[in-house]
Amino acid sequence: MSPSDSSPHPLLKVRDLSVSFASETGDVRAVRGLSYEVRPSEILAIVGESGSGKSVSSLAVMGLLPGNAKINARELVFKGQDLLSITPAAMRALRGREIGMIFQDPVTALNPVLTIGEQITEPLKLHMGMSESQARARAQELLTLVGISDAPSRLDQYPHQFSGGMRQRVMIAIGLSCNPRLLIADEPTTALDVTIQAQILELMQDLCRRLGVALVIITHNLGVVARYADRVLVMYGGRMLECGTTATVLQQPRHLYTAGLLSSVPSLDSPLVGRLAAIEGSPPDPRRWPEGCAFAPRCPHAQSACRGETPVQTTDVGSVSACVRAPEMAAGTLSWTPLHSGRHTVAAPARRAADKGSLVELRDLEKTFSVRRGLWSKTAEVKAVGGVHLSIARGETIGVVGESGCGKSTLGRLLLRLEEPSAGTILFRGQDITHLRDHQLRDFRRQAQVVFQDPFSSLNPRQRISDIISEPMRVHGLVKSRAEAREQTLQLLNLVGLREDHADRFAHQLSGGQRQRIAIARALAMRPDFIVCDEAVSALDVSIQAQVVNLLSDLQQQLHLSYFFIGHDLAVVRQIATRVVVMYLGRIVEVAERDAFYRQPLHPYAQALMSAIPSVSDAAGTRRTLIPIRGEPPSPMAPPSGCAFRTRCPHAMPECAQQVPALREVAPGQQVACLKFA
Amino acid sequence: MITLLVKRSLQFVFTLWAVATLIFFMLRVLPGDPIEFKYLSEGGSVAAEQLQAQKARFGYDRPVHEQYIRWVGGLTRMDLGISVWSENPITEEIRSRFGITFQLAVVALFIGLLLAIPLGVASALTRGTWLDQLIRVSTVSGQSIPSFWMAMLVILALLSTTGWIPSIQEARFTEQPMEYLAQLFFPALVVGWRLSAVNARLLRSSLLDVLGQDYVRTAHAKGVPGSRVIWRHALGNALLPTVTVVGIEFAGLLGGLVVTEQVFNINGIGRLLIQAISYNDLALIQGLVMLFSLIFVTVNFAVDIVYALLDPRVRVH
Repeated sequence: MSPSDSSPHPLLKVRDLSVSFASETGDVRAVRGLSYEVRPSEILAIVGESGSGKSVSSLAVMGLLPGNAKINARELVFKGQDLLSITPAAMRALRGREIGMIFQDPVTALNPVLTIGEQITEPLKLHMGMSESQARARAQELLTLVGISDAPSRLDQYPHQFSGGMRQRVMIAIGLSCNPRLLIADEPTTALDVTIQAQILELMQDLCRRLGVALVIITHNLGVVARYADRVLVMYGGRMLECGTTATVLQQPRHLYTAGLLSSVPSLDSPLVGRLAAIEGSPPDPRRWPEGCAFAPRCPHAQSACRGETPVQTTDVGSVSACVRAPEMAAGTLSWTPLHSGRHTVAAPARRAADKGSLVELRDLEKTFSVRRGLWSKTAEVKAVGGVHLSIARGETIGVVGESGCGKSTLGRLLLRLEEPSAGTILFRGQDITHLRDHQLRDFRRQAQVVFQDPFSSLNPRQRISDIISEPMRVHGLVKSRAEAREQTLQLLNLVGLREDHADRFAHQLSGGQRQRIAIARALAMRPDFIVCDEAVSALDVSIQAQVVNLLSDLQQQLHLSYFFIGHDLAVVRQIATRVVVMYLGRIVEVAERDAFYRQPLHPYAQALMSAIPSVSDAAGTRRTLIPIRGEPPSPMAPPSGCAFRTRCPHAMPECAQQVPALREVAPGQQVACLKFA
Repeated sequence: MITLLVKRSLQFVFTLWAVATLIFFMLRVLPGDPIEFKYLSEGGSVAAEQLQAQKARFGYDRPVHEQYIRWVGGLTRMDLGISVWSENPITEEIRSRFGITFQLAVVALFIGLLLAIPLGVASALTRGTWLDQLIRVSTVSGQSIPSFWMAMLVILALLSTTGWIPSIQEARFTEQPMEYLAQLFFPALVVGWRLSAVNARLLRSSLLDVLGQDYVRTAHAKGVPGSRVIWRHALGNALLPTVTVVGIEFAGLLGGLVVTEQVFNINGIGRLLIQAISYNDLALIQGLVMLFSLIFVTVNFAVDIVYALLDPRVRVH
């Protein structure tokens, strides 16, 4: 439980923190007057979208900002020490000793040329004056503490010999090495798979509680906030908008932005809505903040008062909010309703039922990559996808989930013939396309399109938007003249919710969400029947993600498209999919109708996956029990015999090692590959 | 590591064979016969039978493919043939001159790195200041000034200030270390300066790149002092591209040696190569090119090994 709000001695006290960066196009005021406190052994979450200033404010506390940053604050006090007037040497003595930090990407955060042991023992020798052997003994202790077995030999290994999850455990060990009072974790699990995310967050929560360390988690994931934080601080536009205990803020938000954010997040267990109540628009430019409340330009309930000063005030539920309309929210006379703009005012037609006939059919599809390790060793076969049977109906959305390396992206690429299948058949509209060549293949390509994850690297930076969209139409001869291509392009821009003047811009002039809309428009330019969305919304901020998910649903309604939607967020998949496919190590372990699946997943892996996802509703105390899933996925180079999941399965039986279980229907609309149901 | 060694050794042999073949046929395509050049140039006249006898003595009368087989066969026995001009075995010619060139190369490499690392680090850490500008201007000049001109400038500067230039081949390191180093210092400086220029620039940019990496931020977050962050955490990573370039730039170093030896009047293998070319002594040219290739390939082989030692990711486990 969180300590009382009136704790006399906060560990960290921040008053009116402002950070700006000098740049050629004017000062970027990343943080503007941020105030908060962290009390001993509490877990505070700072939540916000990219550009909200959440990471910058924490790096400012650590004194880790680059030289062009200007930091101002009325108070910046850690354990009674003023961090503003402290000497660099004294600040260094605090860093790593009293304040530990964990970064987002464990792959880049560890030095590739130093051993894990050197990296863990360094702060011990530096701050605690330990000898080499003392430090090594402590490092072994730390590795065991963070759940890495065989510590003595692991200490002499290098970071590349550790998986992502293991590296993050090492980062935690480094962060905790000198028994700090405060640990700052900047998006500690964003780069990790959900089952690993759950392991890491449980570990951090447990250790901080046991060792009495205060934890600041910086995150964009409201589910993580709900499950792990005592208090939450919501940031937007460099300012704090709302702060209070987690349960209060998430259940009784008193800022319209918080409310909007909460309704943008698809959930695992609340009743399904046709469209997410998304926040329209995109975050403001940090060089030109709007007057008053930074959220006002996107807020459907903004008033003239929102353009003036919006002081932070205590609300009826004990939280603090900078929303001028907080009293009305308290009185229940105002709640978040999304702004429906443009064509969205038309009521969405009822979800059309998927057609009976299948558009795409996969029969025993298999993809094997050969990997050579060294000159003399024989080539190893890695089965990326094995024995996949699946049919996709017209107008249906298959949601594919699984952790990295499970083969879901490879399967998507196989469907598009971007990858040659090693065995099996792909039927498209009943025609065998497994071995199509040349113009037949090109004709197929027109009908099956793809939207990739990263809207920053998948658009050519030197092409104008209009060229990006019209090029495929011209290549496939879908338009006769430039004028016709232009006209179609403008129509497509309109369809994906962009303005006509976007046509003459370059990709770098657009935001992430807008770029992803361009990628969708480019796919739609071919008037396809089938689109593979490979993690198409995973890189987007919560509010933008909701917009794009809504857009995909709307387009499906209008154009009767089929989607193969690859994702790792089960809640997003629930929002868009009609059927769900769960993959593990190249094989499908469960295929089920959406509603049946989310009511009760049957495969032990699907159950574990589902329970690992932190959900906003966890804040209400209705936390689903976490099914512990041990360890990490095995290497696809040496998959376990029989059922690949048996090494991590809580229900594994000796028989599981004997044979690969086949998919069989165990409940209406629910097929599972598990011997438990045989 | 074993796999790496085996793989590199095979590449090593193949590269040398390819060089041997290329240089042999390139020289055969060019006009000019070493025997005729020796006996008929500068208005000399020799009877045709005598000329033929000389050609037969050195094997230049055989068909080209036979000469080739003899050449490659000789290589496997470390036999490079006999110089037409001096009539000594080529291995002898090389042996008597190799020592001084080798010493010069080592000192030049040493000077090059000794200059490059502090210059590159200083330049990166003072980015945008006058010191950085100064270092960058001087490294650009180091890259763009040809070695022979630089060598002449150094000689001129020495003569005009001290009236003295170091003479070569008098001192031995074991007996007179200071004199020994003094005689090598200036030619090695000319050659090494060029190498340091390339590497200082490269190190500057790779260090700047590394200093922006997440793991450097991690080191700061651990409270590691700034100097230790640079030497312990950043430099090891920043040196990786530099190591590769040292291997590539070694060819430039050898080229620099050839002209520098000429200017400083050092009787090393660089000067021997220039003589061999001017006498059209095919076997000697071939032999020296093979030697240079051997050195170049060996250095790059060593660079691969050093790289693997520096970068754990390259090691095969």
